[in-house]
Amino acid sequence: MSAAKLVHGYEVVIGFETHTQLSTESKIFSRASTAFGAEPNTQACAVDLALPGTLPVMNRAAVECAIKLGLALGSHIAPRSVFARKNYFYPDLPKGYQISQFEIPVVQGGAVSFFLDGEPQTVRLVRAHLEEDAGKSLHEDFIGQSGIDLNRAGTPLLEIVTEPDMRSSEEAVAYAKELHKIVTWIGMCDGNMQEGSFRCDANVSVRKPGAALGTRREIKNLNSFKFMQQAIDYEVRWQIEQLEDGHAIQQATVLFNPDTGETRAMRTKEDAADYRYFPDPDLPPLVIAPEWVERVRSEMTELPRAMAERFVRDYGLPEYDAATLTQSKAMAAYFEETAKACGSPKLVSNWIMGEVSRRMNAGELALDQLPVSSAQLANLISRIADGTISNSAAKQVFDALWTEGGSVDAIIEAKGLKQMNDSGELEKIIDEVLAANPKNVEEYKAGNAKALNGLVGPIMKASKGKANPAQVNALLLKKLG
Amino acid sequence: MTDLHHLSVAELAALLKNKQVSAVEVATRFLARLGGNAHNAFLDINSEVTLEQARASDAKLAAGTAGPLEGVPIAHKDVFVTKDFVTTAGSKILSGYRSPFDATVVRKLREAGMVSLGKLNCDEFAMGSSNENSAFGAVSNPWESSHVPGGSSGGSAAAVAARLTPAATGTDTGGSIRQPAAFCGITGIKPTYGRASRYGMVAFASSLDQAGPMARSAEDCALLLSAMCGPDVDRDSTSLDVAGEDFSRDLSRPLARAGKDGGALRVGVPSSWLAIEQGRPAGDVDGCSPKVRDAIKDALHRLEVEGAEVIPIELRNTGLAIPVYYIVACAEASSNLSRFDGVKFGHRAAQYGDLLDMYQKTRSEGFGDEVKRRIMTGAYVLSHGYYDAYYLQAQKIRRMIADDFQRAFAECDVIAGPVAPTTAWKLGEKADDPVANYLADIFTLPASLAGLPCMSVPVGLGEGNMPVGMQLIGNYLDEARLLNLAHQFQMAHPECHNAQPENLA
Amino acid sequence: MSLNPADISRIARLARLELAPVEHEQMLEKINAFFSIVEQIKGVNTDGVEPMAHPVDAMQGSGPMALRLRPDLASEPNDREANQRSAPAVERGLFLVPKVIE
Repeated sequence: MSAAKLVHGYEVVIGFETHTQLSTESKIFSRASTAFGAEPNTQACAVDLALPGTLPVMNRAAVECAIKLGLALGSHIAPRSVFARKNYFYPDLPKGYQISQFEIPVVQGGAVSFFLDGEPQTVRLVRAHLEEDAGKSLHEDFIGQSGIDLNRAGTPLLEIVTEPDMRSSEEAVAYAKELHKIVTWIGMCDGNMQEGSFRCDANVSVRKPGAALGTRREIKNLNSFKFMQQAIDYEVRWQIEQLEDGHAIQQATVLFNPDTGETRAMRTKEDAADYRYFPDPDLPPLVIAPEWVERVRSEMTELPRAMAERFVRDYGLPEYDAATLTQSKAMAAYFEETAKACGSPKLVSNWIMGEVSRRMNAGELALDQLPVSSAQLANLISRIADGTISNSAAKQVFDALWTEGGSVDAIIEAKGLKQMNDSGELEKIIDEVLAANPKNVEEYKAGNAKALNGLVGPIMKASKGKANPAQVNALLLKKLG
Repeated sequence: MTDLHHLSVAELAALLKNKQVSAVEVATRFLARLGGNAHNAFLDINSEVTLEQARASDAKLAAGTAGPLEGVPIAHKDVFVTKDFVTTAGSKILSGYRSPFDATVVRKLREAGMVSLGKLNCDEFAMGSSNENSAFGAVSNPWESSHVPGGSSGGSAAAVAARLTPAATGTDTGGSIRQPAAFCGITGIKPTYGRASRYGMVAFASSLDQAGPMARSAEDCALLLSAMCGPDVDRDSTSLDVAGEDFSRDLSRPLARAGKDGGALRVGVPSSWLAIEQGRPAGDVDGCSPKVRDAIKDALHRLEVEGAEVIPIELRNTGLAIPVYYIVACAEASSNLSRFDGVKFGHRAAQYGDLLDMYQKTRSEGFGDEVKRRIMTGAYVLSHGYYDAYYLQAQKIRRMIADDFQRAFAECDVIAGPVAPTTAWKLGEKADDPVANYLADIFTLPASLAGLPCMSVPVGLGEGNMPVGMQLIGNYLDEARLLNLAHQFQMAHPECHNAQPENLA
Repeated sequence: MSLNPADISRIARLARLELAPVEHEQMLEKINAFFSIVEQIKGVNTDGVEPMAHPVDAMQGSGPMALRLRPDLASEPNDREANQRSAPAVERGLFLVPKVIE
């Protein structure tokens, strides 16, 4: 939790509820496919449609996702959790109730830690519970009516709920990005925000420092980090204006309109408050044996924070480099393969964070689309490390690898980029240059160190850039000294 | 063979196996009897479907690939969804509904070879004990057409008693197999909760609903139950993971050796269940009518003669079963019936304005009074501020009731008593007094709440010369012992289960 | 305790039921008749009794029943036509309802 940063004298308080769609083949309680974008209702089976006589049967993979998340966030994984029915009528809710978890959720407690402007932050979790997604209402092309597509109904969700620990929209976005990184990293969610795989609801309230929590309004379905920040900032300003004008805040659910940049209250269902939760008699309690948790733990991939710490420890990288390289699993892997192959981790880090990232961003490429393999990059960096080529030459080689591909050494040969490390040949050039520039020599001997540069340039030129600058300097000083 | 309809399931199966009669002949004979829809027992009949199934059975009999009950007719309570017949659960809100799949129980019985005659009338969503809550009209009792057949499986009981079918499926949530079986003088059994799959049963109260067979004898029920039960791990999370059984295996065991310990079968009788004096202590029950009590006491005496040992037991919280059952059942029903909203299937109001109006008009038109009352009651006991006082308290007392049974089964092998306090009452007599109906469920509710196997066995006639049923309750998974007891009784006193309504065609 | 007309209206709304004045009256009367036999449960001492949500809970030996889990396989075919056979209003595969306002 960051130190309260006041907005017009108000402290901002934000809590998050994030619906993450789980990356399973089939739905949480039926054997219908969860694939996105199918023809309406072609992936809504009898169970999803709540046809009379149908019953739910739980998907093991969804439970395993919950265990993974719990382990990733240091939560307590309930050995026994209970599915409950949340009763309300809505056309996209076929049974007239949503199967969720109420009193005893599967994941309890835990925390998400991240850096905000270099400062470590921690947001505590209340819980994460398993539940089923609803269908979709399509309002277009039906005059006065809505069309209901239940393909999404029954898609497994983990709803991840935080404490009201965040104190600014920046911190909220940083939390959401970190959570997004973790759920995709552990392969529990594809993180596709456009398709709704990762949907955030932000509970926002403001208060004078030290005062009790203010009344909150919930901003629903924030499906981009950009809108998230805009929506929260607008909502904070709006609430402060209301309070300053002497209006009390009414608890409400609001939607963010990206076009207007404003939030507006949804039509409230008067009875929405009374969901009449009760344990679902169709589903006995979910029991998770310690052995299962241990098995999942043993199969878990290394988490980003642990990996970053290891990069600092084993490769001597600065914290900043380690944090940047562990933004995605693919980038971390690319770094590690390259570093292992060439043995110069810091150089590799510089190249990935520099040249590689620059070109990736320019070409809007993902890592798996990179034209330069980790092996090629490792080769290139080895050639820099062993002095075969200069950094500037290396950039030319990289450019060639990127555009035409091929082997590093072949390119160096073809472009004749090898540095001249044979001192005999170099001394010959130096002697010629000294002979040709007596003036500079005299000035240098007279004590003008700058005159040396007037000699280095022509030497490099005569060597067609292949001379190793360090070596040139050394030899010059020897001859003039 | 003109009297095919008087034969039992076991007799018909044998004739068919020995090719003395064909499945088509049997089906044709029963279809002929369904013509006038006597007693309003049937809601859907489709002779084409029935005969097609019969022809398929004859082919299997010829090929020697016949199932154990190949070609024997059965009819299904209308709460089981079926591909080939309309399924309404006795409700207007489902009128004309065609399910894309068969209930697991329906499928298993077909796989055992049984030919389906159609769908049977019942109280709307199985809510009732007189079958007067059917949206498609009441069913009359074959013994006395001015009387109710009981409910909610009233159509099933009437059809078997009237020899319209040799067997029927029923469902029992709080007594819906046992009570109509008792009122119509037939035999019915509700197995342990979870023995038979609930997949394809239109849900009333999920933690109580259980399917079971209704027929004329324990022997037939054993054959049917063996075919109906078994795990349904892919479709029903509450279906028990215990392999199917041959429930006929112990039928012939003498009662003198039918006890758990290999000794005499010990039959426990809850003393308060046979009391007739009124003015009970709280938690206890009003007893039953003198004639019902006499019939039960007579049957118990006959059991002693057959070698059983009859001992008194206590079931202290029996009286609490009524409020506890109706709280739990209504709560679950209020949620289970939310899916009937006019969106995906079934009835939708013809005239409506906005979405809320569509929901309210559709449901108000589609549901009958008793169903509305139970939905309202259930929504209330689950609503904010009342959950703990009603629903949670009921779930706790439910466990106390289940524990009472476990204490009792430490002393006895089987519990016996009346199914209902009286014989069948007149149509309309209690139609406007739901609470009076609820109170009449007193003896069937406790076993339902505990999820125990229980059955009804005809033991003679009571007031109005209407049949009286003796209830047998066994411990979990002890169906075979119940059937053993019932069969021994029926072998010794065939006049009881063979008694049939007068002027039966 | 007994319900009042306001309770009936509130619950009817929750349950999406529309009651004509006469129905409303009978509903109140009959539900209260039922609650008169319910009151006895309030006096029952249930201290330390675990609520029983599933009957098999009480089955000896079996202990509390654990949820059965199925393998994550998508095996349901597209059965839209059969599944929508009894739908009141369908267009282009979508179920039609009066406009949903958010």
